[in-house]
Amino acid sequence: MYSFDMVRPTSVADAVAALGQEDAQALSGGQTLIPTLKQRLAMPSVLVSLSGIDELKGLSVSDGVMEIKGATTHATVAREGGDYPGLAALAANIGDPAVRNRGTIGGSIANNDPSACYPAAALGSGATIVTNTREIAADEFFQGMFTTALEEGEIVTAVRFPIPEKAAYMKFEQPASRFALVGVFVAKYADGVRVAVTGASNDGVHRWSAAEEALSANFAPDAVEGLSVPADNMIADLHGSAAYRAHLVGVMTKRAVAAAD
Amino acid sequence: MTDVTMTVNGKPVTRSVRGNTLMTEFLREELRLTGTHVGCDTSQCGACVIHVNGADVKACTMFAAEAEGAEVTTIEGMANADGSLNVIQQAFQDHHGLQCGFCTPGMVMTAAALLRDNPRPTEHEIRDYLEGNICRCTGYHNIVKAIMAASGQDVSAIAAE
Ligand SMILES: Cc1cc2nc3c(=O)[nH]c(=O)nc-3n(C[C@H](O)[C@H](O)[C@H](O)COP(=O)(O)OP(=O)(O)OC[C@H]3O[C@@H](n4cnc5c(N)ncnc54)[C@H](O)[C@@H]3O)c2cc1C
Ligand code: FES
Ligand code: FES
Repeated sequence: MYSFDMVRPTSVADAVAALGQEDAQALSGGQTLIPTLKQRLAMPSVLVSLSGIDELKGLSVSDGVMEIKGATTHATVAREGGDYPGLAALAANIGDPAVRNRGTIGGSIANNDPSACYPAAALGSGATIVTNTREIAADEFFQGMFTTALEEGEIVTAVRFPIPEKAAYMKFEQPASRFALVGVFVAKYADGVRVAVTGASNDGVHRWSAAEEALSANFAPDAVEGLSVPADNMIADLHGSAAYRAHLVGVMTKRAVAAAD
Repeated sequence: MTDVTMTVNGKPVTRSVRGNTLMTEFLREELRLTGTHVGCDTSQCGACVIHVNGADVKACTMFAAEAEGAEVTTIEGMANADGSLNVIQQAFQDHHGLQCGFCTPGMVMTAAALLRDNPRPTEHEIRDYLEGNICRCTGYHNIVKAIMAASGQDVSAIAAE
């Protein structure tokens, strides 16, 4: 690792101020950033740790919306997120227990790894990403692999998930990394169904609109039977070809519909 | 350099650390507590698992400065007060839950976290919880057996090899 200083602010205001310094970067759970630093793929001069900021931790539910603060760990969401069972189950299945005890929702959303789980939940739920300066709809937030609408120094302070009637996330695990080889999040709301796909596309997390239409008309696994996603823009690597991933999108969607509760 | 103060295995310690000092480096090189092993250094293998404020974490993927004020427990803090092996450690010995022993500190720390939250886990729950702990020697069966035994359960149903 290159050398850097670490600061541990105790309020969002102080963290934002510290991030204003040249080459400063936010550190949340560190489960992605620390390996990146070890590979010398990042060279911050200051790391601004968010783990000592109490106002960035915890979750609450009101008016049918679950708000999860930015530095809340996956373990906390798994344990306390029972009002949105599909989301709690997703959190409970990220990585392994030790990763879940450190990794946070804000870090996952901000990183927007093309194989990460939370981006699918946020997009699939039509969530709102709250930052220190504004509110961003998930449809605008995720802008392709590792790319988001966040500006330099902007902090994800919370994510607000409208709680659906039913939802489920199905992940086909890449066995070595435990990330999604393909993951599909399906959520049924009174005004329609949303389907978000992660792990599959070179464009990162995205919605599958044909499946959304079919499932809005008939929320049953059979409804997506005849549908297929084009393999053109799918990720291809030693774990699976583009065609294999495209096929898995359909399979995981059906399983998610069947499992939704 | 910044000063960091934490409690490690019940004893308060203060040291001056760099921003990029990892918990593994802090424990092994500063405190000479070499029971916390480094297998991969990329948060894959779990040999470095310790408890920070009661939660199992990978010490290779946490900075020492972030443990300011924390209660830290390592494998060196697991034995009974009289120095004898605790119930989990003894079960690993009795059921041959280790061969070379490299993964064992992480296995014991992970098992302890599991049993605290779930005192009588099923075989499936044990295997699931050990997802982030890799063992090159045992093939896992005897580790699962040891954890079943440590939780006071019958181990005869678990495959012997
Ligand atoms: C072994 C292993 C298995 C994993 N398996 C999975 C998996 O199955 N599914 C999955 O989705 N993920 C998985 N992960 C990733 C894990 O969920 C990470 O915790 C997560 O992607 C990043 O969160 P973090 O809090 O650790 O962020 P960090 O690593 O601290 O930060 C990641 C990036 O986000 C930025 N950042 C952090 N917080 C904020 C914020 N609040 N606002 C703005 N920017 C911020 C940082 O500057 C950095 O660029 C795995 C990780 C490991 C090590
Ligand atoms: S050394 Fe920390 S997980 Fe392998
Ligand atoms: S006993 Fe050798 S790695 Fe597990």
